[in-house]
Amino acid sequence: MTRARTRARAALLALLLIFLFVQVAAAAPAASADGERDAAHVVRVGSKKFTESVVLGELLVGLARAHDTPAAHQRELGGTRILWNALRADELDIYPEYTGTLARELLARPELQDPRELARALEPLGLRLSAPLGFNNTYALGLTRARARALDVRTISDLRDHAELRLGLTEEFYERKDGWPVVRAAYGLAFASDRLRTLDHDLAYAGLLAGELDVIDFYSTDPQIAAHGLTLLEDDRGVFPRYDAVLLYRADLERRAPAFTRALTSLEGQLDDGTMAALNGRVQRAREPEAAVAASFLDERLGLRVELRAPTVASRLRRRAVEHLTLVGVSLLAAVLVAIPLGVVAARRRRVGQVVLALVGVVQTIPSLALLVVLIPPLGIGAAPAIVALFLYSLLPIVRSTHAGLTTIDPRLREAAAALGLPARARLRLVELPMAAPSVLSGVKTSAVINVGTATLGALVGAGGFGQPILAGIRLADTSLILQGAIPAAALALLVQGLFELLERALVPRGLRLRSR
Amino acid sequence: MFELRGVEMLHGETRVLAGVDLVTRRGRTTALIGPSGSGKSTILRLMLGLWGPDRGRVLFDGAPVERSGPAALALRRRVGYVIQEGGLFPHLTARDNVTLVARWRGDDDDAIERRLLELAALARLPVELLGRFPAELSGGQRQRVGLMRALMLDPDALLLDEPLGALDPLIRAELQLDLRDIFRSLAKTVVLVTHDLAEAAYFAEHIVLLRGGAIVQQGALADFIARPRSDFVARFVSAQRTVALSPPRAPEAP
Ligand SMILES: Nc1ncnc2c1ncn2[C@@H]1O[C@H](COP(=O)(O)OP(=O)(O)O)[C@@H](O)[C@H]1O
Ligand SMILES: [Mg+2]
Repeated sequence: MTRARTRARAALLALLLIFLFVQVAAAAPAASADGERDAAHVVRVGSKKFTESVVLGELLVGLARAHDTPAAHQRELGGTRILWNALRADELDIYPEYTGTLARELLARPELQDPRELARALEPLGLRLSAPLGFNNTYALGLTRARARALDVRTISDLRDHAELRLGLTEEFYERKDGWPVVRAAYGLAFASDRLRTLDHDLAYAGLLAGELDVIDFYSTDPQIAAHGLTLLEDDRGVFPRYDAVLLYRADLERRAPAFTRALTSLEGQLDDGTMAALNGRVQRAREPEAAVAASFLDERLGLRVELRAPTVASRLRRRAVEHLTLVGVSLLAAVLVAIPLGVVAARRRRVGQVVLALVGVVQTIPSLALLVVLIPPLGIGAAPAIVALFLYSLLPIVRSTHAGLTTIDPRLREAAAALGLPARARLRLVELPMAAPSVLSGVKTSAVINVGTATLGALVGAGGFGQPILAGIRLADTSLILQGAIPAAALALLVQGLFELLERALVPRGLRLRSR
Repeated sequence: MFELRGVEMLHGETRVLAGVDLVTRRGRTTALIGPSGSGKSTILRLMLGLWGPDRGRVLFDGAPVERSGPAALALRRRVGYVIQEGGLFPHLTARDNVTLVARWRGDDDDAIERRLLELAALARLPVELLGRFPAELSGGQRQRVGLMRALMLDPDALLLDEPLGALDPLIRAELQLDLRDIFRSLAKTVVLVTHDLAEAAYFAEHIVLLRGGAIVQQGALADFIARPRSDFVARFVSAQRTVALSPPRAPEAP
């Protein structure tokens, strides 16, 4: 009896620790956000997960601060849709966009070429458009200069004679209505499926330089084009639309941050192709922080002084750890509370069980980015959609292990419990769940460890965490930056694993450990 | 006292019990015996209300045995049930196995402890073994703990399904002796399943022989030997008679 009591106390303590830990993790970011959010409206700037967009985002933040307007940057969000949805859901105030993307992708009205026409089309949606910033970052196809010379290709039309070439296209370019589909149709290109693959933009560069790929898609302001001496193929049929950079913002920003909104006009026409490519190059090649590059531009071109607040390595690490732990802790706790009862129900009723197991299995197969995009309209950007996605992914291992733990109990022991005259609930609590504890716990452990890894994707929707440096590192092809996210994430996974080993000792009855010996 | 009237029981298509009529005697031991698969365990499960008959009635002290609800749970607490190896829960110590239901009911701690020590003495289980987990006990010790658990709430009846089946001969003989003493001293209604006629005779005057889900003969051992009701009974008796049909000799008590 005393032994059982010590065990119960240890288990309670362990649960309490987890609970406290989650509370602290959850409370920390809220507190820091409160500090920033005083009377003035904080302008919420978003950016896409490529350098140019991040630089423009920092430029907007700097511009706001120079006009005494507080601003926060949700950087490197996972895709155009995520930003568009966040802006419309009032999760963001402003982000840099391109006319071609707006017309073709977001409004599905490719005939809208003129920025003024676009602005009119956006008005009913409560959105405003700035005048073009000056550069046209359109898509381009290209290859290394040596390869271009050897093959004697100059135009996209020339590709028709080279079916042997290996193409590496970004997923976005490949899928977009104004991307590969129109190019293929307009130029009559037919590449076999094994000649064409989709991959990350930065990885495509690496593949091109390594000679693994022949042709990849670019943005025309990519600094790598000049740096590596790459050849762009002429769009001889004029297929690619204009992608003039503009600032897309909510109409109510004019009321919320009037000084900042007025100041936006000072950026108009200030960034031509060369200027933008140079700024991109300073980040990507010279490894200058985006904020510093943006600040020096504001200083040199507009005469605006912006104070740079560079967080220390320790504070950044601490903030990311708190963000990451919040994602993992909250989603895991919720999953435990939902999945264990689901597993119990599944074990009790075979039919229901099959349905439940099938459903949580299906959830598992939804690609994480798709799930995140779907979750933005109802939940906004930040931690919420990431936590819900992680919660959903955590269900399967826990439901399955609970179900397995309960259904593999020796039927003679289940009968012995029933014969004692204990009601079903008491049997579950006193006999069945304790006997299933090792299995249940191993499911929770699996979910926790997987969660630590999957939570890095939270950075795609602005949830922060150790995914942030990984995303930036991939964008900048900067291994040390990737490691700044990957190493703490891996260490955290090990820590979680260790924590569960301790928890196992506290929660799994000693009698069960004896048996397994 | 248990009463089965015209009980039929199906498992899917197969008929497991066919028209069983059986009345056990109050305060006495009834032994169910028969080849494996003849329906002995099924009868115990019906008596406990773990299963329900497809036809016929199962009564305990004149009231129908329920399968669910408060009445069913109350009945199960009035009937102790012991299976092979004791059916002990591996995550609980011997002490916690025995006192599980009493603690759940919220019985007084001192009363529980008193009863536990009383039962340990009765079942001749050394008190220092009470803190051990089932995995740390021998087969015979587990069986004693299983018996203590079944007796904990001082039930009116005791059902034992081949309680000695898994034990080696020496331990088995020792436990047989102890069990019979316990049954006699407690004067409870006992139904005991065995496949050994000698063991049945050792425990019970009322022996019930089953075959294929039906009772082929019931009565005292002498009837089975002197007046076998069928060829099968005669063969069953003579097959077991090659081994001495007398109570086993017990070793000296430790
Ligand atoms: N859960 C079950 N499902 C289907 N058939 C069963 C089940 N339990 C027992 N049986 C069948 O019922 C018959 C009687 O079983 P049982 O009462 O356990 O026999 P005994 O205890 O005499 O060996 C056997 O043929 C057995 O195969
Ligand atoms: Mg049996």
